[in-house]
Amino acid sequence: MIHASTTAITRPRSLDEALAALEKSPGAVLLAGGTDLMVAWNAGERHLPERVVDLWSVPELATIGVAGDALHVGALATHSRIVGSPEVRAHAPALAEASRTVGAAQIQNRGTIGGNIANASPAGDTLPVLLAMDATIVVASRARGERPVPADAFWTAYRRTALAPEELIVRVEIARDRPQVLFRKVGTRRAQAIAKVSMALSLRRSAGGAVEDARIAWGSVAPTPVRARRAEDALRGKPLDAASIGAACAALPQDISPIDDIRSTREYRLHVAMAILRRALSGWVG
Amino acid sequence: MVPGRSRIVGDSPVRKDAFEKVTGKARFVDDLSVEGAWVGRTVRSSEAHARLRAIRFDPAFDWSTVVVVTAADIPGENVIAAIADDQPCLVDGVIRHAAEPVAVIAAPDDRTAGEALRHVSLDTESLTPVLDHESSDQALKSYEILKGDVERGLAEADLIVEGTYRVGHQEQMYIEPQGIIAIPRQDGMLVQGSLQCPFYVHKALTRVLGLAGDEVVVAQTVTGGAFGGKEEYPSMIAAHAALAARKAGRPVRIVYDRREDVRATTKRHPATVRHRTGVMRDGRIVAMDVEVVMDGGAYVTLTPVVLSRGTIHAAGAYRCANTRIRSRAVMTNTPPNGAFRGFGAPQTLFAVERQMDRVARALGLSPLEVRRKNLIGVGDTTATGQLLTDSVGAREVLEAVATAGNVELRHAELENKPRVDGAHLARGLGLSVYLHGAGFTGSGEAHLRGKAAVALGRDGRFEVQVGSTEMGQGARTVLAQIAAEELGVPLDDVDVVTPDTSIVPDSGPTVASRTTMIVGSVVREAAAALGAELGAAYPSLELRAAAREHAIERGPLRVLREYRPPPDVRWDDAAYRGDAYPVYGYGANVVEVEVDLDTLQVEVTRCLAAADVGKAIHPQLVEGQVQGGTLQALAWGYLEELVLKDGRVQNDRMTNYLIPTTLDTPPIETILVERPYVRGPFGAKGVGELPMDGAAAALASAISQALGVEVDTLPATPERLLDLVRGSR
Repeated sequence: MIHASTTAITRPRSLDEALAALEKSPGAVLLAGGTDLMVAWNAGERHLPERVVDLWSVPELATIGVAGDALHVGALATHSRIVGSPEVRAHAPALAEASRTVGAAQIQNRGTIGGNIANASPAGDTLPVLLAMDATIVVASRARGERPVPADAFWTAYRRTALAPEELIVRVEIARDRPQVLFRKVGTRRAQAIAKVSMALSLRRSAGGAVEDARIAWGSVAPTPVRARRAEDALRGKPLDAASIGAACAALPQDISPIDDIRSTREYRLHVAMAILRRALSGWVG
Repeated sequence: MVPGRSRIVGDSPVRKDAFEKVTGKARFVDDLSVEGAWVGRTVRSSEAHARLRAIRFDPAFDWSTVVVVTAADIPGENVIAAIADDQPCLVDGVIRHAAEPVAVIAAPDDRTAGEALRHVSLDTESLTPVLDHESSDQALKSYEILKGDVERGLAEADLIVEGTYRVGHQEQMYIEPQGIIAIPRQDGMLVQGSLQCPFYVHKALTRVLGLAGDEVVVAQTVTGGAFGGKEEYPSMIAAHAALAARKAGRPVRIVYDRREDVRATTKRHPATVRHRTGVMRDGRIVAMDVEVVMDGGAYVTLTPVVLSRGTIHAAGAYRCANTRIRSRAVMTNTPPNGAFRGFGAPQTLFAVERQMDRVARALGLSPLEVRRKNLIGVGDTTATGQLLTDSVGAREVLEAVATAGNVELRHAELENKPRVDGAHLARGLGLSVYLHGAGFTGSGEAHLRGKAAVALGRDGRFEVQVGSTEMGQGARTVLAQIAAEELGVPLDDVDVVTPDTSIVPDSGPTVASRTTMIVGSVVREAAAALGAELGAAYPSLELRAAAREHAIERGPLRVLREYRPPPDVRWDDAAYRGDAYPVYGYGANVVEVEVDLDTLQVEVTRCLAAADVGKAIHPQLVEGQVQGGTLQALAWGYLEELVLKDGRVQNDRMTNYLIPTTLDTPPIETILVERPYVRGPFGAKGVGELPMDGAAAALASAISQALGVEVDTLPATPERLLDLVRGSR
């Protein structure tokens, strides 16, 4: 572990100050709740950087509310606040459900949705839900102002994001007319466990029962959170029945690329992904 | 109060240590404020096996700001005294595992110590490590127990059932990581810390420091859990801290963080156990042939005794005329394994209990029937030939869980349930029954002769002086209860002094489920003698008044007693025959599970635990022991898995070595059975380890029934279960 001899910490009090600080030091490490960074620094897995911008005291980033036809969740909204938010519960209950599975109560009190997104772990609990909801991640820089990034385009490679060095995440926007999302997390134990596999699934069906659109998103089965587009395609335009479900499950292994790691195995993840997808889709039948 | 009836023993008064712990007043070793104390950190190997050519100190660091201790600085012997004296205090020549201490750095503060540590590197020449116990040919100890004629028994059997069982490491995961502070004194060294066995540390320190016994004082600080993990390893940390303190000329404190603790300290021994069982059609077992291999890790530590207990328990709680148990422990280049609640017995009891299920299946009997037919009882002999004469609660515990769990009906119901295609959940029930020898094995207690004192102080109050440590299990409360009951005074009149080798007698280590039963019986004797002396001095006064008078008029009084082994207990160490333990505790479990067929995740939906403890001195604490031990056993069965790669621990944090949370904990229904042991205090037998012995087998059995497979390897993780289910198709 090599430490910078000193770490300069800037603590902006407004979004303007935060963007200005970042413009002055592009690439500075952004600190929100610190639940990932503090652990990594203490464990020597990441170097202590020269410059840190601590966003904890930027009030504009912490709001949760409805604006027009979208739910807005500020990047600094903690998992505890998401869980307790009537707006989130009304318009994106699966997001509240996912936030409820993040770490322990203490982690939920500090950890933020913006941090979960920026940390870009393939196991980030809220990320498949954001994918399944077609969420928009709104980022901003001082020079260019706000820029919407579809969740689908946000995680570019293992632990890489579309965020430019002078940008920060402002909020997440979720359309209110989205179909409900089913969230399923498979961990090693019943609480405080990192996902071995997680799935977020939403379907829009016609009056006749055919699948008009499907979103099947996954955590911990690829270098990034991913959508299973082939499996989605296998359902689109079909009635939800044994044949289409079978086709979707059969297509899934081409969409995901799970690995053996300390938590689980490739084989297990493949099996579980297919099994929980089959179970979830079968539950929708009828 | 009924005259003559016990008032304190059998009641569950507030723990002696409850207030200080609940209010946060308790001071753990890391909390102690010691003036001028420096911080010690340990330089460790990162290779499993290598020749150490040199330790390199980067000149970019100012080494004058710290103190460095290497093997060359050891004034006494470079050894951590144990059974074989093979483990060095600091590597001098050959590295034998990937977390082996090579040097100690002491610095004024944490940051400097960490900086210094980053500027040390090891110049090594790699050697080929042995990482798997099944392929190691370096046996460090072996045993053979013979009873009857096993070959003839097998030849005469209607059926021979074979099975191979494997279990993995387990980390104690006490909440407080290990820590020691060493304080140099004019006349020697004072060492305080989180530890189980102050006299073990004392002995180790005299050897490393080359000091006389009275020059070393070891005192326990409030200890946040141990489970065997603080039996032997504190000697290592104490030696490091003392060497650094000696060289620095000031106190040095070494407190491990979780990762260092998990990487370096001892674990439960992985084991492979093979069974060949000869059975008759009517269900009788006529021959048991058992082979045990345990992974000792890189040094001998306590492995020979762990193996011994594992070997003696390998035939389980069953009678069998022809038994052969052959065992060996082998060395590997992995961190040394050592003491952990159960001490070898959970491994072999898991195997024999799973084997009994296999026998039942082979005979078309239920698991309950086959156990009923072969269960040991009064008049039977164990594998070592020990005749059981009294305090045998085997049948009571089995029938207690069988009745409460409605086992006969439930098992049949689940067995005959048709399997539905596409079903989401599968259910199963498992059963186990077992025994656990209380106290040291064989002639251990006779050699040790544990001592205890009860003293009347100047204030007219009483003090129990023992080397036995409170580590969360409740020893302080239970020993005070025993003394208070015997003296006939209120519990508040009796304190138990914190162990300090300059004050307390050597009661033996706080291990082997021996504290209540063995040390407690000596405390009771000492209390009785003290009471008699006070009674004789003031015959007209009741004891409390006599104590006050004595304190005022004649001053303090202290009575010391030592353990006298019963004359009829015989043990032949050479032949490994005879009375292996003074007495046994008996336990039984019923576990019901639901397995999610999509994810192979296991949920325990019901768990029963019956324990024959002789007499529950403090029923609430006993229930706590039973529930905690049962949970630890369940977790060993399905959840806890140490991952090693090239001999290095990969999951060294609570984030990735998972133990159960409250949500993972099923309600555990505890049934206490009391078959008094005449030589135990008020009939008490040991209870600490018993509950660790059987729940994993019952769990594996339940999963086996649910999935229609045989779960023979622990932990039964969903990944392993998937392999099993696929293999069975």
